[in-house]
Amino acid sequence: MHLLFLQQLLNGIQLGSIYALIALGYTMVYGILRLINFAHADVFMIGAYITFYATNCALDVTHGGTNGAASLGILLLAVLGCGVLGVLIERLAYKPVRNAPRLTPLITAIGVSLFLENFCMLPKVFGAGIQFTGTIVPGDSRKFHFDGVEITLNSVVIIAATLLILGVLWYVVSCTKLGKAMRAVSFDRDAASLMGIDIDRVISFTFFVGSGLAGAAAFLFASLTHHELHPDMGIILGMKAFVAAVLGGIGNIPGAALGGLIMGLAESFVQGYAPAMHISPSYSDAVSFLLLIFILLVKPSGLFGSSAVEKV
Amino acid sequence: MSMCRSVSVVGVILASIILVGAGCSHNTSGSSGGSSNIVIGEYGALTGAESTFGESTDLGLQMALDEANASGGINGVKLSKQMYDDAGIPDQAKIVVQKLVDQDGVTAVIGEVASSNSLAAAPVCQQAKVPMITPASTNPKVTQVGDYVFRTCFIDPFQGAVMASFAFKNLKARRAAVFKDSGQAYSTGLASYFEDTFKKLGGTIVIDEAYTSGAVDYRSQLATIKAGAPDVVFVPGYYTEVGTIGREARELGITVPLLGGDGWDSDKLFAGAGNSMEGCYFSNHYSVDSTDPHVKKFVADFKAKNSGAVPDAMAALAYDATRILLDGMKRAGKPSDGSYTSDAYRAKLRDAIAATKSFVGVTGTITVGPDRNAIKPAVVLEVTGQQYKYVTTINPQDIPT
Amino acid sequence: MVLQLVAGIVLVLACCLADAVISAHANAYVIDVIVNCGVYIILAVGLNLVNGFTGQFSIGAAGFFGIGAYASAALTVFGQTSFLARFFHDGSPVSPLAGVIVMLAALLVGSVSAGLAGLVIGLPSLKLRGDYLAIVTLGFNQIIVVILNNINSMGGPAGFNSITVHDQAVLIPGLTSLTWVFVLVAVSILMCIRIRRSTHGLALLAIREDEIAAEAMGVPTTKYKVVAFVMSAVLAGVAGVLFAHSQCYISPNQFNFLISINIVIMVVLGGTGSVSGAAVGAILVVLLPELLRFVDQYRLVIFPALLILMMLVRPKGIFGHEELDRNWLRGQGNGIKKLIGRIRRSKQPAS
Repeated sequence: MHLLFLQQLLNGIQLGSIYALIALGYTMVYGILRLINFAHADVFMIGAYITFYATNCALDVTHGGTNGAASLGILLLAVLGCGVLGVLIERLAYKPVRNAPRLTPLITAIGVSLFLENFCMLPKVFGAGIQFTGTIVPGDSRKFHFDGVEITLNSVVIIAATLLILGVLWYVVSCTKLGKAMRAVSFDRDAASLMGIDIDRVISFTFFVGSGLAGAAAFLFASLTHHELHPDMGIILGMKAFVAAVLGGIGNIPGAALGGLIMGLAESFVQGYAPAMHISPSYSDAVSFLLLIFILLVKPSGLFGSSAVEKV
Repeated sequence: MSMCRSVSVVGVILASIILVGAGCSHNTSGSSGGSSNIVIGEYGALTGAESTFGESTDLGLQMALDEANASGGINGVKLSKQMYDDAGIPDQAKIVVQKLVDQDGVTAVIGEVASSNSLAAAPVCQQAKVPMITPASTNPKVTQVGDYVFRTCFIDPFQGAVMASFAFKNLKARRAAVFKDSGQAYSTGLASYFEDTFKKLGGTIVIDEAYTSGAVDYRSQLATIKAGAPDVVFVPGYYTEVGTIGREARELGITVPLLGGDGWDSDKLFAGAGNSMEGCYFSNHYSVDSTDPHVKKFVADFKAKNSGAVPDAMAALAYDATRILLDGMKRAGKPSDGSYTSDAYRAKLRDAIAATKSFVGVTGTITVGPDRNAIKPAVVLEVTGQQYKYVTTINPQDIPT
Repeated sequence: MVLQLVAGIVLVLACCLADAVISAHANAYVIDVIVNCGVYIILAVGLNLVNGFTGQFSIGAAGFFGIGAYASAALTVFGQTSFLARFFHDGSPVSPLAGVIVMLAALLVGSVSAGLAGLVIGLPSLKLRGDYLAIVTLGFNQIIVVILNNINSMGGPAGFNSITVHDQAVLIPGLTSLTWVFVLVAVSILMCIRIRRSTHGLALLAIREDEIAAEAMGVPTTKYKVVAFVMSAVLAGVAGVLFAHSQCYISPNQFNFLISINIVIMVVLGGTGSVSGAAVGAILVVLLPELLRFVDQYRLVIFPALLILMMLVRPKGIFGHEELDRNWLRGQGNGIKKLIGRIRRSKQPAS
């Protein structure tokens, strides 16, 4: 039983890593614009497809073999591609409605999300069938045995990559000037602009970073877990990642990472132990939401969120 | 007066709904039943997640229609097809079938693959007294809707029993784990029928786990399944997830065979699974490498027509369903008033379809039973070298009831 | 009082007349589209009470829609074999009066269960603000879908259309007629317009404008928010009853959060805070995919593109906060006159 527990723990951390990377994008955009970026999940989806097509090209060159340099190149491509896409979406669709009442940018975000999903489903674009990404990362199916617990190299890479990315993000946000500007704009947009901060540039940078993180998550998801790709794949995943972001306190970066981890662990344990507890395993989907609702009722602004004092 | 204003608001809105309705009645798209052709209606998913099923079905149906037209059609009248996309959504299925039946003058309707869409559309056909044949919906409830609804594939109770019997008798398995897709009726239905038969034969179900198709991975459930030490794992899901499940199962160290149903049938299974499905088995409607001359001809003709694409089970089932419909039309004879859309003709057609006996199809020899379901065998295929290899055929008589 | 009663009877008779006229000329497909419009109008108008009047952001309407549908379907199907047996013969009501009685019972059950769910969900949720409320309502919507997926006696994920009793299929009766749709749409719209003009409505609007100020003025904000939420749930439940008895097949996936988002789009498109806006928005969103069917797969791309365009060009929606009445029409007329005047002036040669 102790073995099973360790295995589920490991699974949960791996799952949580992917949720965390996507949740960060949601939380960063919300912090700076107070906007729930529904299109974020679809940027993730496009990142996964970028990975897929790039891997196919790379595999043609390497004749089916794995290649570390190529993998890094594809990762970079996914990150940059998603980043640029995020900035484009912001400039074209969100900037014009930035100062409109709350609901308008939200509906625009929903529109962009639906548009991306259905556009990518057209036969001439990605098509509606599913795809699987080829194997380009070296050592893909290597396994380790650790006291009876099976760990694949892929899982290790996912967790390590996530920690690395979180570290870099922490550095950027707290130690660089641009990071400081981001935090300033999140805190009070007008005061920041009065202080001479170029709001447009900071917002674009935020979208770039947030979407880039989604691109990294997409690479890990497509290339290392070899999950099926489909234009609709972002919907459920995005919703869960968003729940994770809210769980941690939306707008709060460490909160999003922690929220993602908690979501991953909760899902893993519930799915794993449901039969033993005689709960129908199909209820596990509801667990993430029940968890969220419980936490929000106890601490309405999320785990790390600060309850904003509304001045009259 | 505020009352007047409220009433005027309501009035305008109701009026606009009616105008809209009038607008819709003029909006008949595509070839609305030209009286010179016999129109066969088709509905399926051309967009959305199930679009590969819809596309295959369409190709099989079209091939059958083309063959019939090449030999002169029915009683000298050519056949044409009116197809609508339901995007895999039940209320869309209902609306497009309503359109087919009301505005497009179809003689009969063929569709759908997913049972939930067939269930939504079947009452429409039943009420309009238009024969409907589903080529691939395996949920038993579909044909229970009424006497105008038929099915030319086997149903899930049979399929689940087939795999349970195969597991117990052929693979000598005594402990089984079940890993189903809890959001898909096909999967949950098949799982429960498997469990019933397996237990009846004397086996035990050690773990009952579930996943949903939006999940990131399946490792937590697979870890639990591994801990239960089963002899086989029954995964009655769709190929879209089963490939990844197979891969992760092997990564976690599960070495026993996985078993499944006709939802596995797709070449995309290997894209996701790689080598991990070797030595796994699943039940299907037909086998591409069958030596039966009918099947070989069908495969060759299909490849020729569709630039080398190999027909999958959906295409084969649709081909058979359409040919059974056409066979029924031949047996129903000429309509007395010349109209292929009259109630009288459709009633005769219904009777003719219901009387189908020992029809030689590419998916087996089909007899339509008294409950309007097809009595036909299932084949069990093994995955070898990333291909399907025929193992055995299981007939309805071999299954314990 | 008498005047209102007479007006009510006249309304019902008018709806019967409209029903008869339309049924004589239109086929079942058109009737289906009209019923669909009606169902979504009720949903949108109900959601407008919460999102529009009270300014709360709820994305969970489809959950109550589903509860209303399933509860009423359970009544009419399981009831056919027990206490409602005498109203039915061979799956259909024995007489129009029997049909009306069964439908009323179904409406009662559907709306009450949806309302109760609204109360249970609303009480804890409405303590949260803004986007948190949105997520919690979305969460509850998904939880409802999961629960419905697990009700095996009603089909689970396969959906529900009948049960088998003694080898006979007992189906969901097709009780929804155009008369019912028209009457219920009219009642919902009238109800919402009356609410808006009442003191109750003023309280809701005050909460929308500035919740803290409203609280300071003595408006019990939580109570009013919950009441609006429950009313919205009741309306969604009514829509669910109509839906279940016109489709005669319901499945849990037809009530997921994507449908909720659709309803939010309808409200925003028409103008958040406007009852007629919500209704017109609903008609547009139901109709556009039907009318665009000739472009086949591209319609799913065109529709969101139009939505984005709408938000960029006219974000307050078609009606904004106003209702479709003489004032609005006059306002539009003035706007058009101004536009024509400007075009004329720009065409004149510069003097």
